[in-house]
Amino acid sequence: MIGEIEKYKKVEVNNITTWFKAASISSFPENGGACVKFKDLQIAVFNFSRRGEWFACQNLCPHKMQMILSRGMLGSVAEEPKVACPFHKKTFSLKTGKNLNGDACEITIYPVKVEEGFVYIGFDEGY
Amino acid sequence: MKKVIVIGNGMVGYKFCEKLRAAEGGKDFKLTVFGEEPWPAYDRVHLSAYFSGSNAEDLLMAPRQWYSDNAIELRTNELIVNIDRIQKKVFSHLGKEEEYDFLILATGSAAFVPPIKGVEKKGVFVYRTLEDLDGIISYGKQAKSAAVIGGGLLGLEAAKAVVDLGLKAHVVEFASRLMPRQLDENGSGLLKSKLEDLGISIHLSKNTAEISGNGKLTGLSFTDGTHLPVEMLVISAGIKPRDELAKGCGLQTAPRGGIIVNEFLQTEDPSIFAIGEAASYQQMVYGLVAPGYEMATQVVNQLVSNQVKPFMGFDMSTKLKLIGVEVGSFGDPFGEGEPSKTIVFEDKVKGIYKRINISQDAKRLLGGILVGDTSNYNMLWQMVQNNMPLPPEPEDLILGARGGKESQGAGVESLPDAAQICSCENVTKSDICVAISEGGMMDIPGIKSCTKAGTGCGGCMPMITDLLNHQLKSMGRKVKNVLCEHFDYSRQELLDLVKIKGIKSYDALLEDFGKGDGCETCKPAVASILASTWNELILKQDTIQDTNDRFLANIQKGGTYSVVPRIPGGEITPDKLIVIGQVAKKYGLYTKITGGQRIDLFGARVDHLPDIWEELIDAGFESGHAYGKSLRTVKSCVGSTWCRYGVQDAVSYAIRVEERYRGLRSPHKIKGAVSGCIRECAEAQSKDFGIIATEKGWNLYVCGNGGSKPQHAQLLINDVDDETCIRYIDRFLMFYIKTAEPLNRTATWLNKLEGGMDYLRDVVVNDCLGIGKELEREMDFMVETYACEWKEVVNNPELRAKFKHFVNVDEEDPTLAFQPMRGQKIPAEWGVPQSK
Repeated sequence: MIGEIEKYKKVEVNNITTWFKAASISSFPENGGACVKFKDLQIAVFNFSRRGEWFACQNLCPHKMQMILSRGMLGSVAEEPKVACPFHKKTFSLKTGKNLNGDACEITIYPVKVEEGFVYIGFDEGY
Repeated sequence: MKKVIVIGNGMVGYKFCEKLRAAEGGKDFKLTVFGEEPWPAYDRVHLSAYFSGSNAEDLLMAPRQWYSDNAIELRTNELIVNIDRIQKKVFSHLGKEEEYDFLILATGSAAFVPPIKGVEKKGVFVYRTLEDLDGIISYGKQAKSAAVIGGGLLGLEAAKAVVDLGLKAHVVEFASRLMPRQLDENGSGLLKSKLEDLGISIHLSKNTAEISGNGKLTGLSFTDGTHLPVEMLVISAGIKPRDELAKGCGLQTAPRGGIIVNEFLQTEDPSIFAIGEAASYQQMVYGLVAPGYEMATQVVNQLVSNQVKPFMGFDMSTKLKLIGVEVGSFGDPFGEGEPSKTIVFEDKVKGIYKRINISQDAKRLLGGILVGDTSNYNMLWQMVQNNMPLPPEPEDLILGARGGKESQGAGVESLPDAAQICSCENVTKSDICVAISEGGMMDIPGIKSCTKAGTGCGGCMPMITDLLNHQLKSMGRKVKNVLCEHFDYSRQELLDLVKIKGIKSYDALLEDFGKGDGCETCKPAVASILASTWNELILKQDTIQDTNDRFLANIQKGGTYSVVPRIPGGEITPDKLIVIGQVAKKYGLYTKITGGQRIDLFGARVDHLPDIWEELIDAGFESGHAYGKSLRTVKSCVGSTWCRYGVQDAVSYAIRVEERYRGLRSPHKIKGAVSGCIRECAEAQSKDFGIIATEKGWNLYVCGNGGSKPQHAQLLINDVDDETCIRYIDRFLMFYIKTAEPLNRTATWLNKLEGGMDYLRDVVVNDCLGIGKELEREMDFMVETYACEWKEVVNNPELRAKFKHFVNVDEEDPTLAFQPMRGQKIPAEWGVPQSK
C-alpha cells in the first residue's frame, strides 16, 4: 500500500486531458460521498449539497493507509470544507488536501464537474 | 563586573546559583561555586532513594554541563579553609585564592555526633553524604542488623535505608517518643506500632552510654544497663551547622551553632551572607530545604536590587512518607503557641491519627498532626498559612463530610490566589492558574517546567493536580458545553430545542440554530439527540451518522466490518449457534466471543452486510446495536434456574431488561448486567446499570464503568420488585440521555452531576423534580417505537443499494488483504503512516 499513495498525483485544471464520467449525481448521497473506481485508482467523490459544491480526492487515508475516505463525514472548519476519516477522525481540507488536525501528509484533490446529471473527474496525461 | 563566590554546593547553594542566573540582571555577576564533595549538588532530601536503586547521577540537582552553560565556575573537590575579610579573598586547601565582592556561605551542616564512648569504632557511620552512603552500603553487605541512633525525621530516613539494605533495623531514641519535634504522644505511638509491624524495633528513652566491640562494633550499651547487640550503627541524631569557616574569620556564631544573620541574611560583614542550614536566625537553624530556598531567593533579590521582604522565619510544617507511613505535622502541631482547643480522631484499626488545634474562638486553624493518612495535609496547611476561616463544623476537616453533606471549604477553589502551593519554589495558586489559563499549560509536566512548582520535595503534587483539574474544568466547561463551532448550544439545550420545536432533521436544526456546514462532532451528536427523541430509522439521515451507524456495523482495520447479532442476556439455543457458525463459514468471517456474552463476526465486506443480515434475521436474530452509542448488552449469570446459590432468575430478568432497552440511542454506549445472587458473577457493579438479586427482590446499582477509568456502580435503591426496578431504570436512563454531554458515559456524567449520587437518587427515586412520570412516558415511547434497523434495510432495496464499495462498478475493494491466524483470518497490519 506504500507504493499505492504515489499513484495519486496532483492534477492541474489547465492540464486536464480526460474528464472521466464517474456516475450519475443520484449515486452520491446528499452531504456525503461514494467511491469511484478509475483504472486501478480509488477516488472519493463528495456531494456537498449544503454548499452546492462537489469535491473529489483520493480514497486512501494517508494516516494508516486505509481505502476509506469516501465513507468519511463532511463538514467545515471556518469556511474550509473538509472530510473526516472514519477511522481516527483525521480531517483533510477538500480544497487543498491538507491535514487539518495532525501531521498526516496531504491528500490529492481532483478537479470535478457535473454535467447533465453526471459527475466527471479530471485527470491529466500522467494517468 | 561584580564577583560572587558561593561556598558550598549543596541544595541551597545550587538554588542560589539557579535563582541568580534566572533573575533579571542576574547574569551581570561573575559566579564561582566551591564544593568540597566530588559531586555537584545533589538531592539530599531523597538520599534514601540511593539505597533503592537510584544512582548518584539521578540525584544531581543539575549536571555539570548546566554550570558551564550558565557561566558558573564550579570547583568541586575544593575546600575553602580561610576567609580574609579585609582583602575580600577566600583560600582553598589547594593553596589557591579567589577574590570576591559578595560572599555567600552555604556551607550547610554536618551530622551531629554525640560524644559517646567508642564512636570511632569500625561499623559506625553518619548519614549525610553520598560517601557516607557508599560506606554504609559496602559495610552493610557483611552485617545482619543495624541500629540507628535518632528517632527524628533524619533517623527514620536512615532506618529506611537500613531496611532497604535488607538488614534487621533498630531505632534508638533518647526521647520518650519518635519524631518528638513533630508528633505528640498518640501520633508517635501510632507511628511506632506501624514501624514495628514492618519489623523495625523501636527503643525509646534510651541513652547510649557506650559503643562496645573490639575495634569493630558489636553492640550498644545503654545507661539503664541494657544492651543491644548489632553489627552496624548509623548516627542520625541531628545536624550541626558548618560554621567553622565563619568562626575562623571572626564572624559571630550562635551558641548552639550557626552563623548569625539578620532578617536580610547578612552576617555582621555586609558583603557576606549566610543561607541554609549554616545560618542561624533568631537562634533558630532551619534544617529543611524550603526555608533554605527562601533564603537563597532573598539574597538573590538583594544582589539584583529587587524588592526585598525581610526573612521572618519559616514555617516548619512537613509532610512525608516514612517507610511507607504517611506523617504530617503543620503549623503549631502541639497547640502551644496560644491557648487552643484540640480535635482528635483516632482509628486504631486502620492506623490513622489526626489532630487539629483550633483557636479559642474556634475561628482559626493553628496547626495539627496527621499519621497514617495525610490526604488533608495540603488543605489544612493552606488554611493555617492563609489564616482562612474555619468551617462551622471544624471536625469535618479531618473526618470528611458526613451525613450526605458536601465537604465545606476543603477544595482548591476556596484557596486565595496568594496561597503558596509549592513552598520549595514559592509558587502561588495564581502563578499556577495563570500558567494554565494564559500560558496554555494543560498538563503536569507543562506546569512543572513553566512554574517550577512541584520540582522540589514534590509534596504539593496532589494539590497541583487538583488545581489543574479544577482550572481545566472551569475553562473546559465553557468550551465543552457548546457542542462545536457550528452550534452555540450544549447538548442538553439542543435536545430541548429539538423536542420543543419538533425538529426531526440535522439540516433543519443547523438551518435554524446553527451556522457553517457542520462537522464530525456535531453531526453524530445531533444524530444521537434525534434518535433519542424521535426514534426514527437512523438511515433516513445516513450521512450524519458515524461510519458504524451509517453501515450498521463496526468498522475494523482494513475497512471491513464486524457483525454482532443480539443475544439477550447471553442465552442462545444450539440451533442459533449453528446458524452463526454457518454464516461465518459462508462469508469467511473471524469469530470471537465478546465481553458482553455475544458473538462477534469480523471481516465482513460492506457489500456482504445486507446478505449476512438477511440470513441472520431469517434465523430469528436481530441487530445487536454493537455499532451504536446505545444499549449494548445486559449480561447475566445463570441465576436461580440452575445455580445452587441463585436467589432470583437472573437470565429471565436480563432478557426482559435487554429487550426493553434494545436500540435505545444515548450520549454514549450503555451496558447492563443482572446477577442472581450476592456473588455477583455477572459483574453488575461495573455496568451503567447493574441489578443484583436479593432474597426480597433486586438491588439496583448505577453509573459503573469498566474501560480505562474503572469505577464501581453505586447503589441507587435496594430490595425493589421487578416492576419498580424497571421504572427506576427508565427514569435513570432517560434522565442521563437528556442531560449528559456527548460521549460521556454514565460514570463520567455522575461525576460531573452537581450533588452527585444523592441528587440522582432524589431525582430518580424521590422524584424531587416532579419529572418521574414524564421520563417513564418518554421511555415507553422509545420501547413502543423500537424496530430492528437491519430488518428494515434487508427489506428495502434502496437502502440495500447503499452497501457497496464502488459506486460505478460492481466490484469489491481490491486492496482488502488478510492473513491467517490460528485457523481463521485477520486483516493485514496498518500501513505505515504517511506524514508531512
